[in-house]
Amino acid sequence: MQKFDEMYEALPFEGSNVRPHYQRYAQWLAQQPGDAMRARREEAEMIFRRVGITFAVYGAKDESGAGTERLIPFDLIPRIIPAHEWARMQQGLVQRVTALNRFIHDVYHGQEILRAGVVPADLILRNAQFRPEMAGVHVPRNLYAHIAGIDIVRAPDARGEGVYYVLEDNLRVPSGVSYMLENRKMMMRLFPELFSQHKVAPVAHYPDLLLDTLRASAPAGVSEPTVVVLTPGMYNSAYFEHAFLAQQMGVELVEGQDLLVKDGFVYMRTTRGLERVHVIYRRVDDDFLDPRVFRPTSTLGCAGLMDAYRAGSVAICNAVGTGVADDKSVYPYVPEMVRFYLGEEPILQNVPTWLCRKEDDLKYVLGHLHELVVKEVHGAGGYGMLIGPAATQAEIEDFRRALVANPSGYIAQPTLSLSSCPTFVDSGIAPRHIDLRPFVLSGQSVQMVAGGLTRVALKEGSLVVNSSQGGGTKDTWVLGQE
Amino acid sequence: MLSRTADHLFWMSRYTERAENTARMLNVAYETSLLPQSAAVAEESLLGLLSISELIPAYTQRHGKVTREGVLDFMVCDGDNHSSILSCLRAARENARAVRGALTTEVWETQNTTWLVLQRYLAEKRFDSDPGQFLEWVKHRSHVSRGVTAGTMLQDEAYHFLRLGTFLERADNTARLLDVKFHAVNTDFHGSNAAGAARGRGPQEFDFYHWSAILRSVSAFEIYRKVYRDVITPERVADLLILRRDMPRSLHASLHEVVENLAAVANGQSGETQRKAGRLLADLRYGRIDEILATGLHAYLTQFLDRVNELGACISRDFLVPMPH
Repeated sequence: MQKFDEMYEALPFEGSNVRPHYQRYAQWLAQQPGDAMRARREEAEMIFRRVGITFAVYGAKDESGAGTERLIPFDLIPRIIPAHEWARMQQGLVQRVTALNRFIHDVYHGQEILRAGVVPADLILRNAQFRPEMAGVHVPRNLYAHIAGIDIVRAPDARGEGVYYVLEDNLRVPSGVSYMLENRKMMMRLFPELFSQHKVAPVAHYPDLLLDTLRASAPAGVSEPTVVVLTPGMYNSAYFEHAFLAQQMGVELVEGQDLLVKDGFVYMRTTRGLERVHVIYRRVDDDFLDPRVFRPTSTLGCAGLMDAYRAGSVAICNAVGTGVADDKSVYPYVPEMVRFYLGEEPILQNVPTWLCRKEDDLKYVLGHLHELVVKEVHGAGGYGMLIGPAATQAEIEDFRRALVANPSGYIAQPTLSLSSCPTFVDSGIAPRHIDLRPFVLSGQSVQMVAGGLTRVALKEGSLVVNSSQGGGTKDTWVLGQE
Repeated sequence: MLSRTADHLFWMSRYTERAENTARMLNVAYETSLLPQSAAVAEESLLGLLSISELIPAYTQRHGKVTREGVLDFMVCDGDNHSSILSCLRAARENARAVRGALTTEVWETQNTTWLVLQRYLAEKRFDSDPGQFLEWVKHRSHVSRGVTAGTMLQDEAYHFLRLGTFLERADNTARLLDVKFHAVNTDFHGSNAAGAARGRGPQEFDFYHWSAILRSVSAFEIYRKVYRDVITPERVADLLILRRDMPRSLHASLHEVVENLAAVANGQSGETQRKAGRLLADLRYGRIDEILATGLHAYLTQFLDRVNELGACISRDFLVPMPH
């Protein structure tokens, strides 16, 4: 299988040429004694712990009775993207997210794309993520996915050139942006000299862009909107990020119990009484937002919130019902959405995908399980996935049975050889597979900071980058034009 | 500010203060236990320590016999004892973590570092090898916490709720300490000249060590000497720790801060709470130690603790999340 490394022209990289955009870094790296890098890594870990940049592990308790908090491993070697590649990717991201927002609006209003037969109607209308409660509801600026995390991988084509593919669109509550910001802060602290040698595009203004986006999404007629971040609470795995973003934006971090709906308006309980809330950046899934409309046992949301939302007195970001567009069975239609709504050719490519709900596709997939990646349509976090080439015969047979029993619950894709990036591991520096999640903000305009979060599969040969499964992160550098 | 945020801030500083006061009392009990003394006296002092936090039944259930090692272990590293230093520092850090966005980075990192280092110390058995140094460390971390708060926080509501928690807790803790220590020498202390007073209960040295231990537990030994320039008498100890406005851990000084910080966060429904706090402060400001002793110190302190407890409930009702803690 072809391989593509971000830094070296060939693998194994001993003796190989360094790609042009990595040359200055490679020179610097060659001068670093191994011990110095090791010491820096320990320093980074100590700082992350002290600052409390951790994620909570569900259900686990440590010996002292506190919830278990783990660090996401941070790798010292940056992933570098040349300016021209990023410029192209950024155009593609704006285009894709614009089309996705148009699609969600269409689904909950005229459903033109369904009537045109471009996307099968039953795939949408019978989708578990389709929210009939949103039908006909007006949302400010017709925007739904205000914050989108688009997962991008790079894989070699037949000539061995790296090609970017969109692997997944995350349109519900994408997370990870705090690691993007903290990783940069850490790199600047550990290796300030690198930043004077490279023109690295800054990312620290992300919270400003986010606040700007959220304020732009306020209900019409509100000139000074009060924005809050809604978290499920401190035991949620992404709590650090919720607290971090609220603090960086200078807005309140609320839990469901802090909110209250009265006479059609949403308020938070403060030490000086009730205070009106206009925009809720929620980090709580649809299902938990309002016990009167969704899961009745949820204590994470606020009773009556959906009524206030539908009446337009409060904005929820992301909107309710965006999951209908980031379902893995809807993903193959995104390029068609770009053509349908924008009349443009998609700039970013999709990974070829077989929809097992289609008879021919299912037949092909069942015949090639050992070479494909099979994913549950609603799966996330790297769970519910078969990686054919790495699976045992028993695992393949398990998936075969599951596929036959419920074909529409699965899609399949070729096993991409994700690009690798040199990574500092116990045995030294070795190639490890990576992906990239840029964060795309849609408000008055579509904005983003350069780069995103690079995740790295730390296990040798592994293609799973999720933090819940042994993944780490890297700082991501988009280099300015020389 | 969110009521829940204020609640977490209030309890974060209460637990920090409580951990400090527990360390102070333990330190004195530990040092006292190193003095040559009878087994009965030693046990009395340990029991006193437990009764300050109303923990004798819980301790007995867990350890049975009262021993120095048992009590220290129970009060330092027993995660099931809600008053142990481990539990208090854990609760302080959990409250801080819940509102880390409302704290400055320095305040949060101070709380988090305390917690991380505590876990390391306990794992290294550092407490067992040198209890005195460990307890000094707990005290020191509380000083750092207050100092970082004062030195970095904007003096807004968040700051005032933190201070409110600190001083309400301190008023409570100092009153409990006094009550138990005076109780140890007499069922109800009415002053040395009253009938059946501390006199005659033992040699002069016992009195000296007993009263100086109380003073040292609130860092007041040198202050006593400076203020009174005289031998240590129980009346003056009570006077210093109850009525002196300039003694930082006295009831008067603590209530003064409570009233000030309460005024700074006052809202439309807190008038009655402020009145109660002000009234309590006035009693301390215009009170005289001979009057207090005439009615009996235990009765006085019991009533004081009830009023502080009520103030806490009123603050919860007016500003915070009205939940039992």
